[in-house]
Amino acid sequence: MKHANCSKEHILYLKKKRRKSVLINLARVGLLVVFLGVWELLAQLKVIDPFITSSPLRVAKTIGDLYRNGTLFTHIGITLMETFIGFFIAVILGYTIAVLLYMSDSACKIFEPYIVVLNSLPKIALGPLIIIWFGTGYSSIIFMTALVAIIVCIMNTLTGFLSVDKTMITLMQAMGAKKRSILFKLVIPASLPSLINTLKVAVGLSWIGSIMGEYVASRAGLGYLIVYGGQVFKLDLVMTSTFILCILAGGMYGIITLIEKKLTK
Amino acid sequence: MILSFNNVGYTYHTRDGETNAIEHMSFGVERGEFVAVIGPSGCGKTTILSLTAGLLKPSYGEIVRENAEFGYMLQRDALFPWRTVEANIFLPLEVKKRNTPEMRENALRLAEKYGLKDFLKKKPNELSGGMRQRVALIRTLAAQPDILLLDEPFSALDYQTRLKVCDDVQGIIKSEKKTAILVTHDMSEAIALSDKVIVLSARPATVVAEHKIDFGGNSPKSRRECPKFSETFEILRSELGL
Repeated sequence: MKHANCSKEHILYLKKKRRKSVLINLARVGLLVVFLGVWELLAQLKVIDPFITSSPLRVAKTIGDLYRNGTLFTHIGITLMETFIGFFIAVILGYTIAVLLYMSDSACKIFEPYIVVLNSLPKIALGPLIIIWFGTGYSSIIFMTALVAIIVCIMNTLTGFLSVDKTMITLMQAMGAKKRSILFKLVIPASLPSLINTLKVAVGLSWIGSIMGEYVASRAGLGYLIVYGGQVFKLDLVMTSTFILCILAGGMYGIITLIEKKLTK
Repeated sequence: MILSFNNVGYTYHTRDGETNAIEHMSFGVERGEFVAVIGPSGCGKTTILSLTAGLLKPSYGEIVRENAEFGYMLQRDALFPWRTVEANIFLPLEVKKRNTPEMRENALRLAEKYGLKDFLKKKPNELSGGMRQRVALIRTLAAQPDILLLDEPFSALDYQTRLKVCDDVQGIIKSEKKTAILVTHDMSEAIALSDKVIVLSARPATVVAEHKIDFGGNSPKSRRECPKFSETFEILRSELGL
């Protein structure tokens, strides 16, 4: 910012802008504080039954208990590991498949109906099969995670490839470029923004996949805690796990936004 | 004769049927000549360039090219926004696998000669429309083509920029002594820029007339000011049936 040669109006304008963004951030934090406060208050006053709704203090206490008996980070670690591995498999494999489909027009046409059907199929329907094939360990959850995310990765990436400016493709062809060189010099860099969007969608889907996987079969993880808490009516545990999930999912999204800023600078 | 079309025809095939784009077309281009091809819109002008560059094969007839390299300049500059100006200029060298230090140096020399020195490290979106078109021309010249194929390269620009870029591009092409084929639907542009104007009919396109333009000196500006300009304009207009 060059404040030295700014007019007074401009400084005023900047001040106004800054004040507005401060206000918005305050409102954001305020909303959360008010929500938690009202929740706690209603629970304390027994207006709502904390046995069913839990309460912020109970959640904090549960986190403390989990931390003290040493299982907090085990559960978080396991779910994170499943989500990350599933996410990476989905993104890398999905991207590779999209590249192959892009390179062959016929392959693209042949596989299209299958991809569309797989996309609309609710993946949880495959739960029993996945357990039988992969057992009740991490591998079946990772498989589920990858399965949920990969189809969208393929479709989004391919759409990104196909929406590259036709004039630029003509230009490359006129220079005598082969399809391979068009892919590496033009299509891949040009579709970078769509890749980042794909990553964002894939993060959300990977969380769905891993938690869903843990619902179906697991012995640890945040999804397991939620199911277990529900079964034994420990709703504090359910709320706590959900709360931790919110933080983790937000954090992962934040990392991708950071990558986006780095890449599109 | 660096290029000649001898009785060339071209037919497009689509699922809905076939379209005769070009029929019995013959014309020639001399080395160093600036040829403008004009015709009603949709008459297959771009097809002529694609045939010339060998991107399409004629349905009949033959196209004789003297051992020549082509450089293509399109309606829109199509600069890659993620590359710097410099990297955009090097693109054809990379694609044609001639990314040698000499070729790069030559490309940079061209860029400096035509006023792009201070912009080399910038991204295309920091440049004005006219400047971007100049970068597109230097990119085309970087691979040292013998013939430049210009496909309405000014049509995306506003009128004032257009006049300026016209002068600019013509000046650069002349001083680099390149052969150029320009397709356009703009009659005044054709007269102002070229040594020879080829007039096409509506589809299927064939050559209606050829005019040598030899008045008013070499710059587009002096051409436009010459009294014979409007005379020629009228002739072209009636030949195009407007």
